[in-house]
Amino acid sequence: MSAVGQTTTDNDLQTRAYQAAASVCDPEIPVLTIGDLGVLRDVIVDDTGKVKVRITPTYSGCPAMNTIAIDVEVALATAGFEEAQVELVLSPAWSTDWMSNEGRHKLRAYGIAPPVESGSRGSLFGVDKIACPQCGSEDTAIISEFGSTACKALYRCNSCLEPFDYFKCL
Amino acid sequence: MAAELEIVSREALFDLALRLGDTSLVLGHRLSEWAGHGPLLEEDIALSNLGLDLIGQARSFLSYAGEVEGKGRDEDKLAFFRNAPEYKNLLMVELPKGDFAFTMVRQLLFSAFHLPLFRRMINSTDTTIAAIAAKAEKEMSYHLRHSSQWVVRMGDGTEESHARCQKAVDDLWPYTGEVFEVDNNARELIEAGIWVDPEYLRDEWNGTLDAVLNEATLKKPESGWMQSGGISGTHSEHLGHLLAEMQSVQRAYPGLKW
Ligand SMILES: [Zn+2]
Repeated sequence: MSAVGQTTTDNDLQTRAYQAAASVCDPEIPVLTIGDLGVLRDVIVDDTGKVKVRITPTYSGCPAMNTIAIDVEVALATAGFEEAQVELVLSPAWSTDWMSNEGRHKLRAYGIAPPVESGSRGSLFGVDKIACPQCGSEDTAIISEFGSTACKALYRCNSCLEPFDYFKCL
Repeated sequence: MAAELEIVSREALFDLALRLGDTSLVLGHRLSEWAGHGPLLEEDIALSNLGLDLIGQARSFLSYAGEVEGKGRDEDKLAFFRNAPEYKNLLMVELPKGDFAFTMVRQLLFSAFHLPLFRRMINSTDTTIAAIAAKAEKEMSYHLRHSSQWVVRMGDGTEESHARCQKAVDDLWPYTGEVFEVDNNARELIEAGIWVDPEYLRDEWNGTLDAVLNEATLKKPESGWMQSGGISGTHSEHLGHLLAEMQSVQRAYPGLKW
């Protein structure tokens, strides 16, 4: 089966391919898609129906990238694009600014505090002030700068006493 | 990047990519040795995450090294099928992990230099080096913050933690001279705007260390005789042991995949 039909325009194809790729979830934070995260850079369908996808890692050592690449190929195949090539690009470097607002809402609802702008990254002894995703209190304390995955830090809420993950600002 | 190869020699660029990649790889491996041995659960996880960042950076640098070399060696071939004399890492990172104080002081000394290094490398005329540095710089700022906090906590802690930290600083100090070493290959790359003259980083490096060590009530040693040799492939016995373990599976079953 070919994705290049007589009645579909190029634009339709691009949109369909993009939506298929963008719907792939991050294996470590399954509530977010790679579209929400900004990990998906671009999707190009060429004249022959072949799809070229570019993704970028959140962290250099992000172990999810291989899984994401395979999931993108599967999602595209399911959407009728049999030939897809996934390429990893490093530049420009991913930053938490690329996370969509919808992505931030989804994260908070999932119990992970979304990244905040704070500028404290550069300071030697600085610690980010983070609101608890459970009760909203800002009376929180950092437990560890490094959490369950490379992109998260571990916090504790002093109001509701729940521990929570914080998606670090990069 | 291809255009740069006409200006600088392939060998010099290959050498730089190895120097950066090997240094990250070996330190990443040393940190991985803490998995399951951290002083507390959160720190165990933190050390693994630090190692993961470094191994990720190593993958990028070594892939690029293979590309520059043009002999079909990829990141795995370079990591698993070279012997110690072919490794170009800094001697500092191959020393055994020691106690937690030693590991944290090494992370401090390493990241206090590599944060400003990567920050300057973002402007490298080599686009691949610049792209890898842009990612690594963000990660390194967390590494520096993390190690600074621990060194302050331990240095300004109990008598025992203070003594262990001071010993780590004293033991590691002779290995810090190497980060400022510039050989002919590096000189060529500095002139082409690909690499950074480490002398430009000395003030920031001193400033960071003075701030942290002062807060930690630790003494910065007087500059004296410095170890040398890692970047030219003359290593301590420790690297051979590390490689024997790290490479054992690929040496026994070449090309094995998970
Ligand atoms: Zn709370």
